[in-house]
Order: sequence, then structure tokens, then C-alpha cells
Amino acid sequence: MSRYSVLSLIANALTGQTGWKPAWRDATPKPAYEVIIVGGGGHGLATAYYLAKEHGIRNIAVLEKAHIGSGNAGRNTTIIRSNYLLPGNEPFYEWSMKLWEGLEQDLNYNAMVSQRGIINLFHSDGQRDAYARRGNAMRLAGADSQLLDREQVRALCPFLDFDNSRFPIKGGLMQARAGTARHDAVVWGYARAADRLGVDIVQNCEVTGFIREGDAVVGVETTRGSIRAGKVGLAVAGSTSRLTRLLDLRLPIESHALQAFVSEGLKPLVPGVITFGMGHFYVSQSDKGGLVFGGDIDGYNSYAQRGNLPVVEDVAEGGMAVMPLIGRLRMLRAWGGLVDMSMDGSPIIDVGPLPGLYLNTGWNYGGFKATPASGWCFAHTIAKDAAHALNSAFRLDRFRSGHIIDEKGVGAQPNLH
Amino acid sequence: MRITCPYCGARSSHEFAYLGDAAPTRPDPSAPDAAEAFHAYVYERDNPAGPLDELWYHSAGCRRWLKVTRDTRTHAITAVAFAEAGESAR
Ligand SMILES: Cc1cc2nc3c(=O)[nH]c(=O)nc-3n(C[C@H](O)[C@H](O)[C@H](O)COP(=O)(O)OP(=O)(O)OC[C@H]3O[C@@H](n4cnc5c(N)ncnc54)[C@H](O)[C@@H]3O)c2cc1C
Ligand SMILES: [Zn+2]
Repeated sequence: MSRYSVLSLIANALTGQTGWKPAWRDATPKPAYEVIIVGGGGHGLATAYYLAKEHGIRNIAVLEKAHIGSGNAGRNTTIIRSNYLLPGNEPFYEWSMKLWEGLEQDLNYNAMVSQRGIINLFHSDGQRDAYARRGNAMRLAGADSQLLDREQVRALCPFLDFDNSRFPIKGGLMQARAGTARHDAVVWGYARAADRLGVDIVQNCEVTGFIREGDAVVGVETTRGSIRAGKVGLAVAGSTSRLTRLLDLRLPIESHALQAFVSEGLKPLVPGVITFGMGHFYVSQSDKGGLVFGGDIDGYNSYAQRGNLPVVEDVAEGGMAVMPLIGRLRMLRAWGGLVDMSMDGSPIIDVGPLPGLYLNTGWNYGGFKATPASGWCFAHTIAKDAAHALNSAFRLDRFRSGHIIDEKGVGAQPNLH
Repeated sequence: MRITCPYCGARSSHEFAYLGDAAPTRPDPSAPDAAEAFHAYVYERDNPAGPLDELWYHSAGCRRWLKVTRDTRTHAITAVAFAEAGESAR
């Protein structure tokens, strides 16, 4: 498959755009692979790509039950950032930011990575102190941060309600390098780049069981037959428990629905991503002009890929509290996805817990930004049978040993995250 | 989603607070396997795709704990009872 370039654009323009080839092969599964990745979302495809590129493993399949990117990778609100606090988390997300910054050149694909910045608003002195501390933690890990006062926020976002008597805006924590990326393009870019390195991307292939030898996992049963593998990695987001149940494993995971919304198109208004510090509401503007916004998970176990009205009301209330003009807009669409809420709000990338099995799960509502680093670290973990330093805190046994990464400080309650 | 509280009748799920899976019960802290049992109790979940018994608190109503049987794929509720055994609607 040829590289995309200005020359390929011109050549295809002159030949009536008839020369484009599919970006990846629609592979038929082979009877055996060195590594199988279950789940063709961003994380699964990135894992396959870095396994091939960084570790030289070429005999890899990515198995996807529907079409690639049909899970959360294709339905999230596309925010990328590395404004985390804890030592177990922040270096990982900052590595992801760095990979985003070089992604398009690396993949030879336009993922529309747009570093338009994020501002986390604060509304009280206590919140200002907490954000100052977070900003310092980010800087210590090599990320950028800037504490903005009220007037600096007003200069960037004059449309916010600065005089709301309950939630006056006192300033915000800004990460200028944060922003958005085109979610589908991320999936397609990784798929194409992995395919070029020989990875088989197998769509419409649902994993329905596992092949076991003693304790070990040595392959999978699928709707397209049995496939054996030396190593099987799971990257199925909200469906993890459905698969690990077949292996009699119970995980610190609950599946919940998370909704997102998009308004009618507007002229450019919102410069970056804005989050409301007193409730759960965040908003950005897509390149087509629609405001993209969301809030909390629905808050009870769900495998229904749709949400419920109480959260719609809650998100709208949050929006009205910071940005009253949103009340004049029509909402075009709302949709929901299945997120795998872990019990401490942080992800799990680990070897095991059975021989031959590897876990990538617990991304909660924030795994899109992690796509590059998640794939990069999961590939390392699978290839070397050990976590990389960047995901060494993301091990499953942290819940047993007490080393949980409670970024939000809310304790062991996935429905509170 | 509406939940039919045995005391208050059918109400919006908005009136309730959710605790989660009703199956885990607090282990005996003096049992020899207490550390393992508490790990399972606090963190591990079946997380089924299908019927699940779960605890809901009717915070904006009668303020009692309910055990609700709900299908996590469809949100269809097949049974609601007071969580404490022996308690019945008055
Ligand atoms: C509404 C919404 C908004 C979000 N907004 C953001 C955001 O702004 N920023 C951010 O960082 N994160 C966000 N997230 C979270 C983020 O989308 C996810 O954490 C991340 O995409 C999960 O990883 P993934 O992309 O690999 O998962 P997915 O894309 O869900 O990939 C998993 C794949 O596994 C497949 N699969 C499942 N079971 C099987 C099986 N048995 N056999 C084969 N294949 C199977 C699925 O079909 C799916 O394609 C949001 C999520 C939602 C739902
Ligand atoms: Zn009641």
C-alpha cells in the first residue's frame, strides 16, 4: 500500500480519484497467530501497531465483533489531555500526549489532532488550591500547565457566566497542549499502519470462548472458527466482564453507560475544551461547528448502548450554570457507549491473571486520550511479559495490595466516578 | 427508567440513589480468610449482562433501601422489594 503524500493527492486528482485503494485488507483469520488482540477499538489497533513496530512481532490478528471503531472509539467526545495528578497516572498520560503530537507523521494519516487547549474552571478558593497543586504535579511530570485568573479566562471565553451567584468563575487551570482528535481517523490511521506491518485486521469476528490448556489460555473460539495463539490480549472496553466470565474471573469492573450530545452547528465560538468545576459538564466545538458536550455516567450497571433522561437533565443543568447561551441551542443528537468503570477510576494494563492472557481494561470515561500510550504500554507488556515503567502502577493486584490509584479521591465506588 | 417502590409506587429513577450489586455481603472480619474475602467484597463484581439484583435507596421518597431486579441489557425491571428481609409494604 502506498504512502499518502502531496504527490499521491495530485496523481489521484488528475485521474478522477479512481486510484485510491482500501486503507487496510479485510483479512480472513488464519488458524493460529503469535498474538491475538480481541477488540478492534483504538486501544486494540494501537496495541497491534506498536507490537509490530516496536517489538518486531508480525504474526498478529486483531479480532473485532463488528467493524473496527464501532465501540467507544467511534462514539466519544474526542478530548485528549494530560492534566492528571498522581505519580501513577500523570507520566502515562503525558507520554500519550507526546505520542499524539507525533502521531500523524508516524502513521502517515491525518488524525486531525488539534491542540486547542483545555480549561478546567474553578469556582472557589479551595478549588483554586487543588488546581494549583494539579498544575504543579503536571509540570513535575514534564507537562504544561498555566493557572488563569478570572480575567484571563474571560478574555478567552467571554460567553461564560462569570457572575453566577452559586458558581462564580474565579479562574481556571489551562493545559494549552490538550485538545481534540478525530476519533474515527485515529482508528483508521492505526488500522492502516498496522496492516502495512502485516497485522491481520479481522472484522465481523466475535470472540465467544477461549481455548484452554490447563490454566493457560492458548486461543479463542470465534464466530469464524477456533484460532490458536501464543498470547491473547483483551481490549474490549465495556465488554471485558462478558469475556472474563467465560474464564471464571471476576474483576474490579462494572459496565456503565456514558452519554454524549451534539448541538446544531454554530460559527466558531468555543476556543478549546471547557470543563465546569462544580458539576460534571464539559464542552468543545467540533470542526463542523456543533457543540459537543457531556457529563456523568448514568450511574448504574448497563449494557444498553443508550442512556436515560435524568442524566440528560443533569448535563443540561451543568451547561446552563456556566454557559447560559446553550439554552438557546437545539440538540441534534445524543448517544451512549459502554464504559468499563474500574473501582478506583484508573485503568488496568497487565499480564495475566491467567498464563497466556493479557488485560487492557478499566478506562472509565476517559480512555480515548490514552489510546496511543495504552497501545504502546500494552504492546510492551505483551511482548516482554512485564509492565513498562509507565504502566507499572496499572496492575490488577493493586486492589489486593492497597496501591489503588484514586485520582478523583472518591474511594471504591465506580458509580461515583 | 421508572422504579415501582413497594411503598411509594412508580417513580422516576431520578428519585433514587444507586449502590450496585446486592450480592456482596460483608464478610466476617475475624475469619481466617478475611483479607481475601474483603478484597472480593469491596472490589470484585460479576457485572453480568442480564438480570442483576441491585440496591437502590429511595432518597427522595420513603428513604428505604430496595432490592431491584433489573436486566442490565434492557433496563427492564422484573421485581422490587424492600432490601431488609421480612419488611413489607405498609
Ligand atoms: C460518550 C463517550 C464519550 C467519551 N469521551 C471521551 C473523551 O472525550 N476523552 C477520552 O479520553 N475518552 C472518552 N471516552 C472514553 C473512551 O472512548 C474509551 O475509554 C476508549 O475508547 C476505550 O478503548 P477502545 O477505544 O479500545 O474501546 P472500544 O472502541 O469500545 O473497543 C472495544 C472493541 O471491542 C469489541 N468487542 C467487544 N466484545 C468483543 C468480542 N467478544 N469479540 C470481538 N470484539 C469485541 C467492540 O465491538 C469494540 O469495537 C468516552 C466514551 C464515551 C462512551
Ligand atoms: Zn419509596
